[in-house]
Amino acid sequence: MSVHMLIAGFGGQGVLFAGKIVAYTGMIEEKQVSWLPSYGPEMRGGTANCSVCIDDKPIGCPIVLNPKTLIVMNRPSYDKFINEVQPGGTVVLDSTLIEADSTRDDITVCAIPATQMANDNGLHGLANIIMLGQTLKATGFCSMDVLKEAMKRCIPARKQHLLEPNLRALQMGYDY
Amino acid sequence: MAEKYLMKGNEAIAEAAIRNGCIHFFGYPITPQTEVSAYMSKVLPKIGGTFLQAESEIAAINMVLGAASCGVRAMTSSSSPGISLKSEGVSYIAGSDLPCVILNVMRGGPGLGGIQPSQADYWQATKALGHGDFQLLVFAPATVQEIVNLIGTAFDLAEKYRMPALILADGMLGQMMEPVEFPEITPKPAEKPYATTGTQGKRKPNIINSLYLQPDELERTVRERFARYDIIKQNEVRCEEYLTDDAEIILVAYGATARVVRSAVEDARACGIKAGLIRPITLWPFPEEAIRNAAARVDHMITVEMSMGQMVDDVRLYANGQCDVHFFGHTGGIVPTPAEVLDQIKKYAGGAE
Amino acid sequence: MASFHKTNGLTDAVFHYCPGCTHGIVHRLVAECLEELGILGKTVGIAPVGCAVMAYDYFNCDMIEAPHGRAPAVATGAKRANPDNIVFTYQGDGDLAAIGTAETVHAATRGENITIIFINNAIYGMTGGQMAPTTLPGQVTQTTPYGRDVTRAGYPIRMCEMLSTLDGVAYAERVTVTDVPNVRNAKKAIKKAFTAQIEKKGFSIVEVLSSCPTNWGLEPVEALKWLKENMIPYYPLGCYKDATEKGVF
Repeated sequence: MSVHMLIAGFGGQGVLFAGKIVAYTGMIEEKQVSWLPSYGPEMRGGTANCSVCIDDKPIGCPIVLNPKTLIVMNRPSYDKFINEVQPGGTVVLDSTLIEADSTRDDITVCAIPATQMANDNGLHGLANIIMLGQTLKATGFCSMDVLKEAMKRCIPARKQHLLEPNLRALQMGYDY
Repeated sequence: MAEKYLMKGNEAIAEAAIRNGCIHFFGYPITPQTEVSAYMSKVLPKIGGTFLQAESEIAAINMVLGAASCGVRAMTSSSSPGISLKSEGVSYIAGSDLPCVILNVMRGGPGLGGIQPSQADYWQATKALGHGDFQLLVFAPATVQEIVNLIGTAFDLAEKYRMPALILADGMLGQMMEPVEFPEITPKPAEKPYATTGTQGKRKPNIINSLYLQPDELERTVRERFARYDIIKQNEVRCEEYLTDDAEIILVAYGATARVVRSAVEDARACGIKAGLIRPITLWPFPEEAIRNAAARVDHMITVEMSMGQMVDDVRLYANGQCDVHFFGHTGGIVPTPAEVLDQIKKYAGGAE
Repeated sequence: MASFHKTNGLTDAVFHYCPGCTHGIVHRLVAECLEELGILGKTVGIAPVGCAVMAYDYFNCDMIEAPHGRAPAVATGAKRANPDNIVFTYQGDGDLAAIGTAETVHAATRGENITIIFINNAIYGMTGGQMAPTTLPGQVTQTTPYGRDVTRAGYPIRMCEMLSTLDGVAYAERVTVTDVPNVRNAKKAIKKAFTAQIEKKGFSIVEVLSSCPTNWGLEPVEALKWLKENMIPYYPLGCYKDATEKGVF
């Protein structure tokens, strides 16, 4: 299936990294892939987002303006993008940080307290991965095996000790 | 098949340059191309190359001039405001008939402008990147893979024709990651008998120079250079046509914008409008023939750019009144959307539902 | 008996320099040093913009003509491309200490293993005698017709003193060529600078106080006298830094 995903939050929450993992799932499945970050002075603390497209045919515009899937991890991004989601699309939001108040009834909203779950389970900083697990469950954009493999490829050799907590976070998000 | 990597455009261009035998890089940090320098600084010292963070863009391009004079493949990269600073050196490099590759990851201007993607340096790149009568080879890749493929071409042609080549990218291409493979290549740098590597007491001194105080001598030199430009115009034009065969309306766009337009063309086809796209890959030499032929077949062409309309001048020039040439674009760092482009197509396609 | 012969370090081209100009002497000294050190065949010289712009026609080695002020950057590129070449720049005061100050200072602080021959004649010669960064306070030029007023035009720059504070500089010496002992001394300094480069000791610069009779509006001999009486007090001769024993790195 094709992926047309926007991942948004604060800089430092790992939204770009989560997007990279998604992009790698497309690589593994030998599809066309694009990953485009917002860039600039928002590196730390400001809002950051990235667009990920996966398709069988060449990616035209790599900017995701109307996402089929929106992963959102802060309020400003929720306000900015909630009305841009395609009808029939899916929104996965971190309910620890966002009180969802959209009245849209043409989209599926999955609320998951990812930040709280991460903090409660010694997975500090891995809310993004918990979100990713939930997104996989909600959309089935690839298989769990492919996503795990993508994660392995995104974690550099010298940080392999981080793989285990990441996989745990992924599963926790999926099982929620 | 070569292994695929997921890489940022900026990193891919650095890797591709190295694989094409360019191990001398001189740069200065500026958003959104800084990853080029960062990548070079990581790799080049390990393989006996030069990474040098210069004191200014001006110094960097002149280091390229010095290195290119000595016969090596040299490169610098920057983004719009930095390219303006390099223009002096670019003119001297062109006037000294030296090959090199320059990367411009365009951002919004004028002045300090902004840091988001832009194509507002088309005029600068194709008409006047420095003083005097001269041209650069200008390549406009639209994907990260194409950046990789073109950088070798840029070095080869720069050496073949002894002139600087410019890769004109933009913030979107520089920052985005796409799967990319690096074809197996053995770089074959041209012989450079003109290089200043020391006479070893065996030949007359080589002189790299752009000064000709006698007007007739200067004119002769410039005319010789322009004769070379004519050969380039005959042989080195590159462009891609997408769904133009039966098109009733043709769009013209390059670089990242061409991707947006390609999406819009597909959307238009889905609405029953026979739209097509001409994507210049070389901006100089410009695909004059493709524009001329297309203009003879359709009533409307639309040029889409991230600028106030610069390439549209060339499209109009070579359409030469055969059809209406319209312009649509955004500037300042705003990327046109496929929906906006589709609206433009609908506006001029006439009659189609 | 010793006899005079023209050094092989110079071509047969006839200098275009004005009568009494000391560029010719310095050219010869540089050329003699290159020949005597046996490095002519591996030397790449960088010509400036200014009176010495056509130095590429005079030195009998590979030459590159650089944009105004950029010679140290061009030299850097050349040296990095082929570190075994001997690379020198030959620059005037406007080129080195005004438009090219950044290139000069940064090549120096990087400890770039190149040699700079700096001609300080306190005026822009080629463009017809305008104020240089090294024009003396009160000195009349085309653009300081009432004399250099430091409250408006600022003070002259003493490059050797300034550069000698940088860790990358192996050797900085100021000399002149007003008479035979000074010419001999200048040659010694130039040779030492190139030797430092050969031995990879770091950045070396020799500043040569020179005369410009044409633009100073003086006869050649008067010009040398003016140089001695006015320039040397402001720009004292001597070695400002010598780290050629152990090098800069």
